Amino acid sequence: MNYKLIPGIAKSMLLARWRQTMVAAIGVTFSITMFITLLSFMTGLNKLLDGLILNRAPHIRLFNEIKPNLHQPVNVAAGYKNHYNFIQSIKSSGSRQELYNSGAIIQSIKQDPRVAGIAPKISTQVFFNDGAADVVGVVFGIDVQAEIDLFHFNDYVTSGNAIDLKNTANSIVLGKGLADKLLVNVGDVVHLTTAKGETFLLKVVGLFQSGIAEFDKTQTFASLATTQKLLNKPPNYVTDLQVKLYDLKQAPAVAKEYSQLFGADAEDIQTANAQFETGTFIRTLISYTVGVTLLIVAGFGIYNILNMMIYEKMDSIAILKAIGFSGKDVKRIFLLISMIIGFVGGIAGLFFGFLLSSIIDSIPFITAALPTVKTYPINYDPRFYLIGAVFSLITTYFAGLFPARKASKVDPVIIIRGK
Amino acid sequence: MNNFILEAQQITKYFHDPLTVKVLDGVSFTINKGEFVAITGKSGCGKSTLLYILSTMDTDYEGDVLIDGVAMKKRREVQLAKTRNEKIGFVFQFHYLLSEFSVVRNVMLPGMKLNSLPEEQVEARAIERLRMLDIENLANKKANQLSGGEKQRVAIARAMINDPDIIMGDEPTGNLDKKNSELVFDIFKQLNKEINQTLLIVTHDQTFANRADRIIEMEDGRIVRQ
Repeated sequence: MNYKLIPGIAKSMLLARWRQTMVAAIGVTFSITMFITLLSFMTGLNKLLDGLILNRAPHIRLFNEIKPNLHQPVNVAAGYKNHYNFIQSIKSSGSRQELYNSGAIIQSIKQDPRVAGIAPKISTQVFFNDGAADVVGVVFGIDVQAEIDLFHFNDYVTSGNAIDLKNTANSIVLGKGLADKLLVNVGDVVHLTTAKGETFLLKVVGLFQSGIAEFDKTQTFASLATTQKLLNKPPNYVTDLQVKLYDLKQAPAVAKEYSQLFGADAEDIQTANAQFETGTFIRTLISYTVGVTLLIVAGFGIYNILNMMIYEKMDSIAILKAIGFSGKDVKRIFLLISMIIGFVGGIAGLFFGFLLSSIIDSIPFITAALPTVKTYPINYDPRFYLIGAVFSLITTYFAGLFPARKASKVDPVIIIRGK
Repeated sequence: MNNFILEAQQITKYFHDPLTVKVLDGVSFTINKGEFVAITGKSGCGKSTLLYILSTMDTDYEGDVLIDGVAMKKRREVQLAKTRNEKIGFVFQFHYLLSEFSVVRNVMLPGMKLNSLPEEQVEARAIERLRMLDIENLANKKANQLSGGEKQRVAIARAMINDPDIIMGDEPTGNLDKKNSELVFDIFKQLNKEINQTLLIVTHDQTFANRADRIIEMEDGRIVRQ
């Protein structure tokens, strides 16, 4: 049979009832549009919220926890090996927070092929002196370049320049909340007193906003060298090593390995931020559910319209059968009608979905919590478009299947006789 | 080898709804190539039912139908559709053109389905058939813009597109006025004479039937005279 014949008949039937066809196609268009928009927006938000924590969180953190020593002397002593030892009033022994032999650890981690990068860090508590008031704060000593590369440090520095921290000696970046408390701005100088009682003057080169206001009231950043100076420690003094991996999923295994290898505590990101994955998963699930529901509703619309069309076209179906079209041919015609509606409506839906997403993408969304975000976040993942396209064809196929089957079973004798 | 185009062998059919009624009772006859046969009888005598069985559209019967020597009873739906397409042309009482298509596309449809010729040749043949019936000027009109007589002539042209072995008509003049009935009948007669077309027409119009080569008269599901 001529391969153009069936599509030709389907096309003619569609065009003869183009208003109905339009309504059906608009149903599909609308649902695909909403599907794309919803998923783009939802996953955009998801990414943003996760990024808030996950972008800045190291995949593995190596540090020395302040905790009681696992190996108490009495347990190690040969004479008491076979005894039950009850020890009371154990005190934590973490007087040294320093990572031992940090230089060698950094070298060996850098050579691990799974590791994307490593950033050493020191944290120490200080008092900021502002006239009569003393404000408690935390100074993080960071490797500025590594921090920018791995954890997007510069994204959160809202005024001043992150890299000045590295280039200017004795400089500091203050949390926005803290700066407001101390009434200082970029270019000013702050007084601070270390836990050991020494007083320093540091120049403010930037202000940062993490998106979590409570942090911004206490946190500050300085270069590693400046912090070591504050603590009066040598240049190899590091309390934390932050490791970023290529594959986030390997973090728990690698953390375990490092913990044993380097004799330090290692915490992986999954343990530290378990709640985020759950939230992301649920939000994505809801978006997909709503999107798929929309498509199924559109499918019912097509089903109805095709059913009506078949009642209207009974005569045509009978005549097609009388002049030699088999039930299969008739079924193909109506399936094709349905699929054309799905295809055209789907393509339009993808287009409008993209359009609507980009409109949302340009709506201003300014919040103090998210300094880097200026408009609503949209995730233009091509996978959504693929799923939308495939799903529009699948739904319309099934929506068309039952009416088409009915059409294929129309008995021409009954129709021709019945007139 | 005989040259029967169509052979009915002991066709018996029942209607089951609402009661089981025997509508056809062992009907047998043959039609030779080039014959113009009319089946007549009163309303309800089973003549249309017989035609639908002979046309292979109705498959619920006992006995067998041979078209061009091939038994139809055991064939599958797709094969029957192919037989209808190739060997049988139809003209119905209510003309049944597809209103979505133009006249020429309507005529072309069975030819396109058969697909033994390229589209341009099918179209040329369709125009030729329309010219034979003197309606080629209607070729590009929509089917629903025609008058009843014109529609019926288009339906005849469509029936002829694949040079069928037999053209079957179910009251083809039943819905037409006298003048158009004459016209349609003249066309059948002309086809029969000029191209030796075999025709099987069901009608209750006695004057029409009388002009056919042969009349099969039915009553209560049986042939009473032929």
